[in-house]
Amino acid sequence: MHELSVVASIVESVTELAAAYPGARVLEVRLRVGALASVIEDSLQFCWGITTEGTPLQGSKLTVQTLPVVMHCTACAQDVELQGVQSFRCPRCGEPCSDLRQGRELEIDSIEIDEVEEAI
Amino acid sequence: MTTRIVELRRGILKKNDELAAGLRGRFVDAGVLVLNLVSSPGTGKTAFLEYTLRELRARGAKVAALVGDLETDNDARRLAASGAPVRQINTHGICHLDAEMINKHLEGWEGVELAGLDYLFIENVGNLVCPSSYDLGEKIRVALLSVTEGEDKPLKYPTLFNSADAAVITKMDIAEPCGFNRELALKNINEIRPGIRIFETSAKTGAGIDDWLAYLAQAHTARHGLQDPL
Ligand SMILES: Nc1nc2c(ncn2[C@@H]2O[C@H](COP(=O)(O)OP(=O)(O)OP(=O)(O)O)[C@@H](O)[C@H]2O)c(=O)[nH]1
Ligand SMILES: [Mg+2]
Ligand SMILES: [Zn+2]
Repeated sequence: MHELSVVASIVESVTELAAAYPGARVLEVRLRVGALASVIEDSLQFCWGITTEGTPLQGSKLTVQTLPVVMHCTACAQDVELQGVQSFRCPRCGEPCSDLRQGRELEIDSIEIDEVEEAI
Repeated sequence: MTTRIVELRRGILKKNDELAAGLRGRFVDAGVLVLNLVSSPGTGKTAFLEYTLRELRARGAKVAALVGDLETDNDARRLAASGAPVRQINTHGICHLDAEMINKHLEGWEGVELAGLDYLFIENVGNLVCPSSYDLGEKIRVALLSVTEGEDKPLKYPTLFNSADAAVITKMDIAEPCGFNRELALKNINEIRPGIRIFETSAKTGAGIDDWLAYLAQAHTARHGLQDPL
């Protein structure tokens, strides 16, 4: 529901970073989003066009890598990946798990820019 | 033109997380136990908190509350009737509280010193989605669910229930006419957050409040524990 403010803060961060590369165009912004981050990719994409307009990110592509939830199962003594977010039980042994190791991420992984070559 | 990939690995909510970490440190130093109450609109956060504030005050505890609301100060006025200091945070359309709002409203709060408090309650904006992403520096996040909302809410909003440290089922006094399936609700909460403490309460009859108060007292004693809530 707060995708618009999420997108706004991405644009802010990337604009800040892009300032270090004068004249460069941002081609792509890559996000890593955990399955428990409660942001919806469609809504992010929907806000992307409008929010990036008139910024160095205009025309750029947004790619979202979704990360599954990873829990530490004490019974199995190892990290296990959950199939979904409807049951926090170890898929190997069925024991409930409460030690979350991955799934809440909401981060900018990298950006791809088109750099203007220095004039010789 | 050459393309270049710039690695960033930057959390989008990093600014909030940093502010929240700062708040958490202040709360620990001041020795105040801070709780963040989250639920859908109308679950009964204010009613539950009114009751809690009244009871804690009657037991001699020093309590205060911050309450988030989109536009009105109705909840703040209701809570203030308990006699506790209450401050309203109008978010003006923003669907959650964030650490910066908490920071701002702790400044210049007349008659309230963090170090003089035992408990600080924060009632979040009624919303089951967005508040789960915003750490407020609280020690305990409480997810509330009323008997009228449907037993499957935890499954529909796993992020929020999974990030909670305690769960409260509200309006138990009307569970029966609502056809509330208690076992199913408990099972669903446990699927999403195995082992979480669950309180079954009513702000009308006071049911379950004693258990809740005992839990608070215990958490207050243990508040200097170094472990942050998950
Ligand atoms: N029967 C019954 N009704 C309750 C109980 N708790 C709250 N209510 C009623 O539920 C309605 C909403 O209660 P509030 O306390 O305002 O709910 P809230 O979660 O603070 O609502 P928002 O702040 O708007 O999200 C009110 O009409 C309350 O009187 C309860 O334990 N039993
Ligand atoms: Mg309220
Ligand atoms: Zn296992």
